[in-house]
Amino acid sequence: MPEPTRTIAPPAGPPDPPPAPEIAVPSFIATLHERLPGAVPRVSYWVGDWTLILESPRLLDVAHYLRDAPDARFNFLSDVTASDWPVRAKRFDVIYTLYSIPLRHRVRLKIHVADGEGVPTVSGIWPSANWLEREVFDLFGVRFEGHPDLRRILMPDDWQGHPQRKDYPLEGPGELLLEGPMEWLRLRKTDIE
Amino acid sequence: MIDTYVVPTLKILVLLNAVLVAVTYMVLLERKIIAWVQVRLGPMRVGPHGVLQPIADAIKLLLKEDITPARADRLVFTLAPIVSMVPALIAFAVIPFDSEITLFGYTLSLYVADVNVGLLYIVATTSISVYGIILAGYASNSKFPLLAGLRASAQLISYEVAVSMMLVSMVVTAGTLSMVGIVESQREAGVWFVFIQPVAFVILFIGGLAETNRAPFDLPEAEQELTGGFHTEYSGMRFALFFLAEYANMIVVSAVATTLFLGGWLRPFPGAGALAFLDFVPGWIWFLMKTFAFLYVFIWIRATLPRYRYDQLMRLGWKVLIPVAIANLIVTAFIRVLL
Amino acid sequence: MFDTSELVINMGPQHPSTHGVLRVVLRLDGERVVGADVVIGYLHRGIEKLCEHRDWLQIVLITDRMDYVAAASNNLGYVETVEKLMSLEVPPRARYIRTILAELQRIASHCLWLGTHAMDLGAMTVFLYAFRERELILDLFEDYCGARLTYNAMRIGGLPLDIPPRWDEKVRAFCDILDTKVYEYEELLTRNRIFLERTRGVGVIGGDEAIAIGLSGPALRGSGVPRDVRKDEPYAAYADFEFNVPIGMAGDTYDRYLVRIEEFRQSTRIIRQALDGLPAGPILGKVPRLIKPPAGETYHAIESPKGEIGYFIVSDGKSNVPYRFRVRPPSFCNLQALPRLIQGHLVADVVALIGSIDIVLGEVDR
Repeated sequence: MPEPTRTIAPPAGPPDPPPAPEIAVPSFIATLHERLPGAVPRVSYWVGDWTLILESPRLLDVAHYLRDAPDARFNFLSDVTASDWPVRAKRFDVIYTLYSIPLRHRVRLKIHVADGEGVPTVSGIWPSANWLEREVFDLFGVRFEGHPDLRRILMPDDWQGHPQRKDYPLEGPGELLLEGPMEWLRLRKTDIE
Repeated sequence: MIDTYVVPTLKILVLLNAVLVAVTYMVLLERKIIAWVQVRLGPMRVGPHGVLQPIADAIKLLLKEDITPARADRLVFTLAPIVSMVPALIAFAVIPFDSEITLFGYTLSLYVADVNVGLLYIVATTSISVYGIILAGYASNSKFPLLAGLRASAQLISYEVAVSMMLVSMVVTAGTLSMVGIVESQREAGVWFVFIQPVAFVILFIGGLAETNRAPFDLPEAEQELTGGFHTEYSGMRFALFFLAEYANMIVVSAVATTLFLGGWLRPFPGAGALAFLDFVPGWIWFLMKTFAFLYVFIWIRATLPRYRYDQLMRLGWKVLIPVAIANLIVTAFIRVLL
Repeated sequence: MFDTSELVINMGPQHPSTHGVLRVVLRLDGERVVGADVVIGYLHRGIEKLCEHRDWLQIVLITDRMDYVAAASNNLGYVETVEKLMSLEVPPRARYIRTILAELQRIASHCLWLGTHAMDLGAMTVFLYAFRERELILDLFEDYCGARLTYNAMRIGGLPLDIPPRWDEKVRAFCDILDTKVYEYEELLTRNRIFLERTRGVGVIGGDEAIAIGLSGPALRGSGVPRDVRKDEPYAAYADFEFNVPIGMAGDTYDRYLVRIEEFRQSTRIIRQALDGLPAGPILGKVPRLIKPPAGETYHAIESPKGEIGYFIVSDGKSNVPYRFRVRPPSFCNLQALPRLIQGHLVADVVALIGSIDIVLGEVDR
């Protein structure tokens, strides 16, 4: 089984490069900058995906705009998920993937959140965020303020800890990581001897 | 002496044994037919082509642990399957398999008794079996079987109304309540009553499906009903009795339909002289073939059709079948009086 | 909290009709469902965390096990996401064969859906007929890659195996068989009065509400929304083929059934076109021996038989394992709609609706 070959300094987040100058910025981003100035400090473009990186206080404004603006019309929330970059102070990246069914384009929203900080819920804007945010809460511990029913969804209700965090062991707390039957045999032999 | 005591006793013994064996082998018949419809083979291992399967099932069920729920009424709990099964068996007393056959130079009639209110007797006995379901639900001392039992019995008595009205239509057509008399009147009419009363036939058949809790009306005992219905708490031989009672009821309904509509032991078109060459076939063979055809259609329908939801089932019974049944009865009565 | 005049019934994790370990806690008023609480997580295996410790190539195996009914679709989504991340070019022959495998998988998944849905409603025979066709597809896959359920059939940059000799004839023969069998299923169900009464008007959801609540795939198309990833964001070789996407009108269970039945026919159409136009050439593109996508993240979605399955993969550019592996499971998002769909219906409709949404618990829980 391969060990993850991590570099000495674990990464502090995806590079999120800005778009190269010859890439045409979609119109809704330009109008978003006009309508809500300062809401989206960074825009990134990588392998064909546009990502808007913003701060959590402005999340709801941007979300409302993106759902309702005529050149954006992102009515389908594909996914709400998170990434854990424990090196950073704001360790979590909460990522919203949006798709527009009438206009057939995609965009991603990214927020940096610290441990213990809350994020306003978008389940009032896209009801499909309900379970998706519950899963992020369950596996990462990010609280969503205003969520109608924030409780664990995949783990048992009384589980301690948030499994998808990087500092949570793969094998579970207090368990042995056995990568194969030979390891189990080795452990048994040392038990017997 | 022989005629009044020995012959009827022998007839009862032979009939009971035949019916019980038939009911047991109905299990195998159903499994085989459904399997062949579903592109598979059914039981094949126990005995050649699975013919010993019912015996294996019976042995298994007899040897099972006898579980009675705590605080259940033990007497009623054991009584319920019996109350389901026995009326189906005793209904066979008036079903005529043939009029007269000669056996070892001795003429005897192939029915146990020709009661002159035979049809009324059958309606009465099949009504008693509804009690078995209610008692089963009550005696299980559990919320879900009770409710399911009440629903199943509500279904049964709703369809009983339509079926009874059809039986009354046949009585009006035939002019007699006696089962043998009805077959005789079909012979006089020269044609099976199914051609004279097709609507009654269809309604009797659908009502028969609902009476016996067969698909598509078997929601009370299907697993979609989040519990197992009125027989949830039953296991072992008591459970087996419920299922055998269901098959016995099926055979009774098929036999009654054969007698009333398909001419009992008569050959097709008994009045037409051109078909007289078919007379070499004994009457009881005709009877058994027709009953078997009904049973086959029962099983075929179970394999093919989806299930009705309970409210749709009740709506069908009360809003469709009963008005049509009443209309049929009125029309039959008019025609009988005017003609 | 709970009203005392309501009855609370638990349709537990062990139940013959919940298609897996799903728990639905129903609140009933008599026979009507007033509210439902769906409890999942009984099959949670931590696949997302596990994949952070597995090689890019080993993850293909693991994706098989999520939607185990349609394993090749999961594989396809994953390898396409990594190829997008690495900006790899997949040779046309590989793209065509991937399309054929994905469409065969769609037919197999819909066969299983049809069989279980019909059986839940009482039509037992359709279950065995549908599985007979699914067996034929599993035989085709066994010919191709040796496995019947979890295929591990795709690699980053192409496919590991070329199609065996005369496999395309067998696939063509299968398509011919399936077209006749779909008529058989329709004969048994589509105009059957009882089936219509059980499915018409059950679980109606309008187009806008369906989009808002996150439905995708045939469940969304049954409500009249023309959304199909194969047409909107073509992947593999779908841009080269002509096919229709069936859209329902009423948004009830019957329309979702009709959409999936029509998808059978469209899938055979795509397979035939793919077989006719199958180009010669290599089946694996120019892939470095050690797969290390550059640092970055991407999201890529494909149309699995259940809906839009999306992969969000983050690579840190230096490890041989992904940094973050996220699957957007269609069954998870579709299952969210269940409490909304059940509302106001009877207990007996709950199983019909669970079947109509078409979930696989392996994907819901991962």
